[in-house]
Amino acid sequence: MAAELHVELVAADRSVWSGEATLVIARTTSGDIGVMPGHQPLLGVLESGPVTIRTADGNVVAAVHGGFISFADDKLSLLAEVAELADEIDVKRAERALERAKSAADAAAERRADVRLRAVAGH
Amino acid sequence: MGAQLRVYKRRIKSVTATKKITKAMEMIAASRIVKAQRQVAASTPYASELTRAVTAVATGSTTKHALTTEAENPVRAAVLLVTSDRGLAGGYSSNAIKAAEALTERLRAEGKDVVTYIVGRKGVAYYGFRERPVAESWTGFTDSPAYADAKRIAGPLIEAVQRDTAEGGVDELHIVFTEFASMMTQTPVDNRLLPLSLEKAPVEQEAGAPGRIMPLFDFEPSAEGVLDALLPRYVESRIYNALLQAAASEHAARRRAMKSATDNAEELIKSLSRLANAARQAEITQEISEIVGGASALADATAGSDN
Repeated sequence: MAAELHVELVAADRSVWSGEATLVIARTTSGDIGVMPGHQPLLGVLESGPVTIRTADGNVVAAVHGGFISFADDKLSLLAEVAELADEIDVKRAERALERAKSAADAAAERRADVRLRAVAGH
Repeated sequence: MGAQLRVYKRRIKSVTATKKITKAMEMIAASRIVKAQRQVAASTPYASELTRAVTAVATGSTTKHALTTEAENPVRAAVLLVTSDRGLAGGYSSNAIKAAEALTERLRAEGKDVVTYIVGRKGVAYYGFRERPVAESWTGFTDSPAYADAKRIAGPLIEAVQRDTAEGGVDELHIVFTEFASMMTQTPVDNRLLPLSLEKAPVEQEAGAPGRIMPLFDFEPSAEGVLDALLPRYVESRIYNALLQAAASEHAARRRAMKSATDNAEELIKSLSRLANAARQAEITQEISEIVGGASALADATAGSDN
């Protein structure tokens, strides 16, 4: 079995997901980054985007809006102000929010809804 | 029924109604403490991870940042005071206000101007009544604060810290809130949020993992960039934690105040019923003696007419 790293995905008001993973892909301000066990200690700023956590039993996808990624000693923490697992996202609601954001020309809201939908699609 | 007795009966009825209300409030507050405590616990992982990250940057890089460096000559300090929106919580709000007053006094003695920011209607009313200047205030969420509320508060505060002192910016940021120690103990505390006191951070690190050295971090995009993004989030999360603790303390204080109100009402009902009983007994005694007196007067009168 491949080496694993321990992942904690926490939002400001709750712990969203934690467990062992073989690979974590997240979007930082300077591009997508993949972290595998034994990676060099890292502290980065996250963009809002989908985060993919590859575990032994498949992928966990979450939509993350702003936050940080920090990795040291095979422990990875993803800190986000708002984070949702793909399973928790209500597709219809996100689609409605996307429509609404488009008509109101609210770029931030549009991006949030878009990230949610992409997280669901990537699942 | 005698007038005296009627008065007692009426008072007992009104105190009983009050007791029902205070009892209900006590129970509501008690259930909300548990909820508030759960919220504090739920926000802990984020806060501790964030503190760890801040410590990592602070010790792992030599970068200087406006939010971590101490001003040589601090001339202005911001104080954020957390009070409640509603009363009937015993000394909760006034204790927090007192702590803020003491802190303000201390900062003034150190030669700093104090800018006050207030959360909660009680604090706003206190400062408004005394016509003291308040830079900004927020109300309406002290019962169950959300992260968005903390974000709204942190925005202007961080902006004030980053502004130049000459243009009205502040050099220090203090927060006064009521710490939730236990169901029975809540103490108002004042903490300095900014500039970050970094001497404290390595100590915490040692306590957590003795003898461990922080690893050399790779920063993405850069140490400055990470600090820029990290510190506002850190302040927000500290404010959020303070708001949550204050909410839990408020409910605990209200529960205690309402419990003693209920106890007092019970006590009052007891003594009033004793008085009412005595009044009723006195009435009966009086009636008996009136009847006996009347009868014997009648007997005397008939005895006299017989002769």
